[in-house]
Amino acid sequence: MIVLEILCSVGCKKAEIDPFPASGAVAGWQKTSDTRTFAAKDLWQYIDGDAEHYLSAGVISTSTSDYRYQDKLDAVVDVYTMGDATGAQKAFDTDPSRSARTVALGDAGIAYEQSVTFRKGPSLVRIVAYENTPDAQSALLALAHGVEAKL
Amino acid sequence: MKSRRDFLKSAATGAALLGSRSRLGLAAMIQQQVSGASSRVVVARDAALGKPGAQLDEQRVLALLDRAMAAYTGREKPAEAWQKIVPKGKVIGLKINGLGGRGISTHAVLVQAISERLQQAGVPAGDIVVWDRNARDIEACGMTIATDAGRVRCYGSDVAGYEDGEEACGSARLRMSKILTRECGMVISLPILKDHEIAGLTFTMKNMYGVIDRPYLLHGGNCNPGVADLNAIPVVREKVSFTVGDALTSVYDGGPSFHPERLWYPGALIVGQDRVAVDTIALEMIERKRAEEGLPTVEAVGRPAHYIDTAADAAHRLGTNDPKRIHLMEI
Repeated sequence: MIVLEILCSVGCKKAEIDPFPASGAVAGWQKTSDTRTFAAKDLWQYIDGDAEHYLSAGVISTSTSDYRYQDKLDAVVDVYTMGDATGAQKAFDTDPSRSARTVALGDAGIAYEQSVTFRKGPSLVRIVAYENTPDAQSALLALAHGVEAKL
Repeated sequence: MKSRRDFLKSAATGAALLGSRSRLGLAAMIQQQVSGASSRVVVARDAALGKPGAQLDEQRVLALLDRAMAAYTGREKPAEAWQKIVPKGKVIGLKINGLGGRGISTHAVLVQAISERLQQAGVPAGDIVVWDRNARDIEACGMTIATDAGRVRCYGSDVAGYEDGEEACGSARLRMSKILTRECGMVISLPILKDHEIAGLTFTMKNMYGVIDRPYLLHGGNCNPGVADLNAIPVVREKVSFTVGDALTSVYDGGPSFHPERLWYPGALIVGQDRVAVDTIALEMIERKRAEEGLPTVEAVGRPAHYIDTAADAAHRLGTNDPKRIHLMEI
């Protein structure tokens, strides 16, 4: 019985997902920082003030990494892992999106010129570019698809 | 009672007068205009700086700072203007705000402009400390960590540490950054103008959340009375005595994080000694922009900035939020 429990605790452990594409995995994009992860209780260290938005939706952890596209566009990818898909939907739906366009990403997605947000299962992903270039949105969408594929 | 909208309208008229009479001598004019007890707030704008995506022109930012300081102090020479504000022989802290990350943090070009003018006013470079919570926030502002004595230093509370003893702040107990308590004799607050998901507004008083170890303890009740209580702690009240607020770029909704789709470029600096008056004007700017964008007020969306009223109340006495007692100069 004890052996079975140990086996199960090892074998049943869900593999930790790394949603961040490596450099070159998405054409033109380089991963330029290490991934940082914040537990819910420490989220204020990363986004104090905005943390409540995600905490109220049941965030468990948040991971973030920086990216650069063809040496002309810097972006940050934030992945919020919620307790379940309902939490991801709640966080997604309460974010204003008046002028966004809907994009086919995960369970639901929206895009602006300089940002893409989507949810897939318990994950909410937000990708934001710091510059606005003519190809920013298409580049961000490509990166978003790269993240989506790893979730 | 004069409404806030009327107040802003008349302030704008005053600004026009100020512009047309600028050659008459600012000192005399300010002396003439400021009769009776009032808190002066200067909003200085440069339309050329209010453009999306453009790299900020260092010389224009410096010139805008000089205009703001001249209007505020009545001294047209920048060095003399700063000498009216900063005490001699003290370490001057510049509390920046990089919480929102790159894109919506205090601009390095403004920090550099102030550092330059402080040195011209006689503050040794080694007596200037640019600081925030940690290295990440500092880098978000475009600054780099520097700790060499004799140069302008730049580092975070993560390096300097927090006091072991706790300060009572309402029901919370907090530890203060040693940069504030031990290093600086005076602190100039350099917030960046933002809407705030909880507090409605984050500007100069809310910037003080970056001087304590656990700011989330003060988020209850839309940060009210947390912001007012924190600013009323003696070391904050006494040392943080001037604001050069960065409204070159702002986020009018969705703050405090970076939301490029809700950025706005006022191209302005907001300057003053009365932190409550400064925040009152800052909130008006955010509300005007939200109205232009067809958005409801921050109060209507459930994040009223009532901490401003609390900061002005008899228990806190941090300044005035009464439009009749704020002498707004828009230039």
